[in-house]
Amino acid sequence: MVWRPTLPTREPGRLDVRKTYKLYVGGAFPRSESGRSYVVTNAKGKFLANASQASRKDARDAVVAARKAFGGWSTRTAYNRGQVLYRIAEVMEGRHDQFSAEVAAAEGLSISKARSLVDASIDRWVWYAGWADKLAQVVGSSNPVAGPYFDFSLPEATGVVALLAPQDDSLLGLTSVIAPAIVSGNTAVVVTSFERPVPAITLGEVMATSDVPGGVVNILTGSASEIGPWLASHLDVNAIDLCGIEDPDEARELEAAAAENLKRVRRPAEEDWFASPGLSRLTQYLETKTVWHPIGV
Amino acid sequence: MSRFEYAPAPESRAIVDIKSSYGLFINGAFVEATDGKPFKTVSPASEEVLAEVSEAGPADVDKAVKAARKAHEKVWGPMPGRDRAKYLFRIARLIQERARELAVLESLDNGKPIRESRDVDVPLVAAHFFYYAGWADKLEYAGAGPDPQPWGVAGQVIPWNFPLLMLAWKIAPALAAGNTVVLKPAETTPLTALAFAEICQQADLPPGVVNIITGAGRTGENLVTHEGVDKVAFTGSTAVGRAIAKAVAGTDKKVTLELGGKAANIVFEDAPIDQTIEGIVNGIFFNQGHVCCAGSRLLVQESVYDEVLARLKRRMGTLRIGDPLDKNTDIGAINSPEQLARIRELSQVGEDEGAERWSPECELPSQGYWFPPTVFTGVSQAHRIAREEIFGPVLSVLTFRTPAEAVEKANNTPFGLSAGVWTEKGSRILWMANQLRAGVVWANTFNRFDPASPFGGYKESGYGREGGRHGLEAYLAH
Amino acid sequence: MTTIDSGVGAGVDGLADVTSSEDRLRRFLLGLPGVDQVGAEARAATLSTRSIKTTAKAYALDLAIQMIDLTTLEGQDTPGKVRALCAKARRPDPADSTAPQVAAVCVYPDLVATAKYELRGSGINVASVATAFPSGRSSLAIKVQDTKDAVAAGADEVDMVIDRGAFLSGRYGMVFDEITAIREAAGDAHLKVILETGELVTYDNVRRASWLAMLAGADFIKTSTGKVSPAATLPVTLVMLEAVRDYHENTGLHIGVKPAGGIRTSKDAIKYLVMVNETAGPDWLDPELFRFGASSLLNDLLMQRTKLATGNYSGPDYFTLD
Repeated sequence: MVWRPTLPTREPGRLDVRKTYKLYVGGAFPRSESGRSYVVTNAKGKFLANASQASRKDARDAVVAARKAFGGWSTRTAYNRGQVLYRIAEVMEGRHDQFSAEVAAAEGLSISKARSLVDASIDRWVWYAGWADKLAQVVGSSNPVAGPYFDFSLPEATGVVALLAPQDDSLLGLTSVIAPAIVSGNTAVVVTSFERPVPAITLGEVMATSDVPGGVVNILTGSASEIGPWLASHLDVNAIDLCGIEDPDEARELEAAAAENLKRVRRPAEEDWFASPGLSRLTQYLETKTVWHPIGV
Repeated sequence: MSRFEYAPAPESRAIVDIKSSYGLFINGAFVEATDGKPFKTVSPASEEVLAEVSEAGPADVDKAVKAARKAHEKVWGPMPGRDRAKYLFRIARLIQERARELAVLESLDNGKPIRESRDVDVPLVAAHFFYYAGWADKLEYAGAGPDPQPWGVAGQVIPWNFPLLMLAWKIAPALAAGNTVVLKPAETTPLTALAFAEICQQADLPPGVVNIITGAGRTGENLVTHEGVDKVAFTGSTAVGRAIAKAVAGTDKKVTLELGGKAANIVFEDAPIDQTIEGIVNGIFFNQGHVCCAGSRLLVQESVYDEVLARLKRRMGTLRIGDPLDKNTDIGAINSPEQLARIRELSQVGEDEGAERWSPECELPSQGYWFPPTVFTGVSQAHRIAREEIFGPVLSVLTFRTPAEAVEKANNTPFGLSAGVWTEKGSRILWMANQLRAGVVWANTFNRFDPASPFGGYKESGYGREGGRHGLEAYLAH
Repeated sequence: MTTIDSGVGAGVDGLADVTSSEDRLRRFLLGLPGVDQVGAEARAATLSTRSIKTTAKAYALDLAIQMIDLTTLEGQDTPGKVRALCAKARRPDPADSTAPQVAAVCVYPDLVATAKYELRGSGINVASVATAFPSGRSSLAIKVQDTKDAVAAGADEVDMVIDRGAFLSGRYGMVFDEITAIREAAGDAHLKVILETGELVTYDNVRRASWLAMLAGADFIKTSTGKVSPAATLPVTLVMLEAVRDYHENTGLHIGVKPAGGIRTSKDAIKYLVMVNETAGPDWLDPELFRFGASSLLNDLLMQRTKLATGNYSGPDYFTLD
C-alpha cells in the first residue's frame, strides 16, 4: 500500500482563488485572439467559468503550432513517446480530486461516478502509452516479395490531426480521442465539448507539466460547429475526427470540405467510451510506408 | 549492314480474338446496355478502331449493383472461404494460361510495349490472384479482428495505365474478403477487363460476383454514388478522387483512393551510378511515364549533376520507341489524344517557364499518339513541371546539396505516393526512408511491385493501401 | 557526347596521377562507384529479352563467328588437335564458303608454333595464354618468361591471368606491376588480361579489376580462364563493358572485352552482342574490340546460319567436330 498524506480539512470561510480558463496552444495558455469568452455552467446551470471562445484564427494558430511540433514529436523514439503518455497518466493521478470534481460538475454526476470516469481516463492513457512501441510490430510487416528485395512496411503518423471532441463525455471521451492520435506521433488540434470544457482545460495544464512538447496537443474551447469548418478545409491538416459533430448534415458538410486535400476522415458514430477501444482510432491516423531495397553482395 | 539494326520482331496479333462489339458483363452474362450509347476503343499506336463497347447508363449500373448484391447475399457471402479461395486460384491459373493473349490485348488497347505487358503487367496480375486466393480462408488472421466480415458490394473504378493489373489489385482482395464487385474499367482501355469477364465465365464464378460495366466518367460517378454500393475503391487522378470523397461524404460508404503523385527520385554522389541511371530511366519512362508513382522529379546532388545528366542522356539515346507489339520496343504509344495534349501542354509550359528541354533523336510513327522521352533541366521547385503530375515520359531535373535539402524538396508537394533514394550508404538510406513523406520508398531500385507489398499514398495521393495484408483490410469491416 | 568524368566520387580529372603511387591507385579503385548486384543483373536480364530476327540475326551470327577466339586449353592438347582446330578456324563450314573466319585460335604457349604455322597466310591471329595460366601461381620471372616464349613462338595475342590472391588481399600495386611487366614482355602482341571474375565474386571487384587492368595497359579485359565456375556471365560482361565505355570517355582509348567460358549457343552470343551494342556502343561490335572465348559456340552459330539460309533445321552431324 502506497503511503498518502491525509490532508486536514481546509479552513472554513477562506475565500478561494479562482482560475481564468484559457486556451492551450503551442505549449502556452493564451486567451482567444478574438477576446471572446462564454459562460460555462454546471449541469444544473450554475455558473462555473468564463471559457475562452476560440475563433478561426485561434484554430489557424493551433494548426501552425501543431505542424511545428510534428517533426520533433513524430521522430522521437516510440519508447520516449510511451513514457510521455505514461507521464500524463501520472500527473492526472495527482489531480484526481480536481478532475473528479470538474467531471461531476460538467456532466452532472455523483462524485463516485465521476471518480470512476477519471479512473478510466487515466487507465486509458496508460493503455495507449503502452501501444507506442508495439504498434509497428502489430500493424507493420515484412513482405515476402518474389524477388531479391528486402521489403517492409511500417506505420507512420499521418501529421496534424483535428479532433472535434465528443460533446457529452468531457474527460473519458476526450482522452479516448486524443491519446490514440498522439501516441503514434501525430500532433493534435482539439476542439473541446462546448458545454463541458473545464476538464479539457485542466487536461491542458496536465499536458503542460507532463513532458508533452508544446504544440503536440492544442486545446481550443468553443464551438466545433464554428471552428470545425475552418479545420476541415485547412490544407495543412491531414486528418479530422468528426466525433463531436452531432448534426448529420453538418458532419456531411465537414467531410466534403475535408475532401479538398483528401483528409483522412473519421465519421461520427455511436461510441461506448468504457468499451475496450481496439485499434481503429490508432490506425485511423497512421500511414503505411513500404520500403524496398535490393539484397545483393 | 554496317550497324546492328534490330529487325522488326512483332508479337503475333493472331492470338487475340477481338469481337466487333461488346456488351456489359452483368450477372455472369454479356448483356446489351439498356440506356447507354456504344463507344469505340482504339489502338493508340495506330488509331485503328479495335471494338465497339457499351456505355452503361444509370439503369445498367443499377442492374449490376443489384446483381452484385444478390450474389453477395445468396452465394459469395455465405460461401466458405475455402471455396472462394479455390475460385480465385482458378482465375489465377486461367490468367497464366491466357497470359500471352492478355499481354497482346493489353498492348493493343493501351499502347504499352509488349515487353512490359508480357513481363510485368500480366505476371503480376496472376500473382495478385494467387496471393489473395490464399487469404480467403484465413481472414481471421488478417488483423481485422476474430470474425471479420466483408462490406458487401464494392464499386471499383480503375484507370487506363495498367488496365488489367489495376483490375487485379481491385478485384482479388475484394473477392477474397467476401465482397462482390462492380468494376468499371477506363473508357480507353476496356478490352482486357472484358476478357477477364470471359475468364470469370471459364472459372464458373457464380453469376453476379464480378460485374464489369464499361463507360466513361459519368458511369463511374453513377457507380460510386449508387446507394447499393458499400465500398468504393478508386485509382486515378487526384481531381476525381477528391470528387469521389466529396460525393460519398455523409454516407456509410467506405472509401480507398489511390491517386496522383510527383515522386522525387533522389541521387546522391555515392550512388551505384549505372544502376541509378537504369533506375531513373525505369522510374520515368516505364509505361511511357503513365505511372502514378513515376519518378518524375529527379533530384541530383550537385557534385554529380553533370555526370548523371550526361549518362542519362546517353542512355535515353538507346531507348527504342515505336510499335508496342514489337518485342524490342521500350517506349510505346501515349494512351489517348487527350493525354498527349496534356503532356504537350505541360511540356510547353516547362519551356515557357525557362526550363531547358531535351529529347534524344528519335523518329516517331506518323499514325497514333506519340511523345518522345524528354528531360527538362534547370527546373526549380516553383515550375509547374516540378509540381504537377504530367503522367507522361517527361522528367524534371532539380539539384540539391545536402540530404536535408533533398528531403525538404522531395516533401515539398501536396502528393506523397512514392520516392526513390540512390546511395551506397546504408544508414543514409534508412534516414532518408524515415524522412520522406511517401507511401512507398524505393532505395536503389524503382517501380517494383508485388502483391505482398502494400502500396498507397500519403497526403493528396490518397488513402488506404493495396497489396499485402494491408490491402485486404480495406475490404473487411472492423 | 559530353565527356564523362571518371567514377563518381573518384574526384579525378585525368588518370595520369592515379597510378603514381600504390596509395593513389588504391584510393582511386576504392572510389569507383559501386555496382548494385540486383540492379546490374536486372539490366542484363532486360537486355537479354531483345528479340533479334531475320536480317539482324544474320548480321549477328556472322559477326559472332568473326569474334571467336577458337580455343583449346587442355592438358591433353597435341599438335594434331591444334592442327585440326586451325583447319576449322580457316574454314568453319566446309559446306559453305561464305561462312566467315574466326578471329583467332587460342592455345597454350607450347603449341603456339604449331598454330602459327597452320594459320599462316590466313589473317587469323594466334593467341596464347601465359603467366602460369590458369592459376597464375608462380613467380613473376616465370610469368615473364612464359610470355616471352609465347611471343617468340609467334603469338599475336597474349591472354594473361591476374594474381587474384594479390587482388583479393588488396595488393593492387602488385597486380598493377605484374600486368605492366607482362605488357612489356609481350611487346607488340595484343594483351588480354583475364580477371577470373568467378574468383573475384563481387561486381564491385570486377569493376575495380577492370580499371586496374586498363590502367596497367591491357588491350582487352577478359572475364575468365574457363577453368573456374562461374565463367563468363551476362552481368559480369555488362560491368566490364561499362568499364571500357567509361575508360573511353576519360581517355579516348578503346579497350576490348572478351567473355570466355560457358557461351555455347547462338542465342547466348546474340545476347552478348545486344549488350555490347547498347552498353559500350556500336564501336565495340568489331572483332578488334569484342571477342568470344569459346569452342563449341562456333558450330551452333554455323547451324543457325544454315537454318537462316535454308529455312531447315540442321543437326550436329552436318558440322565438323573441329
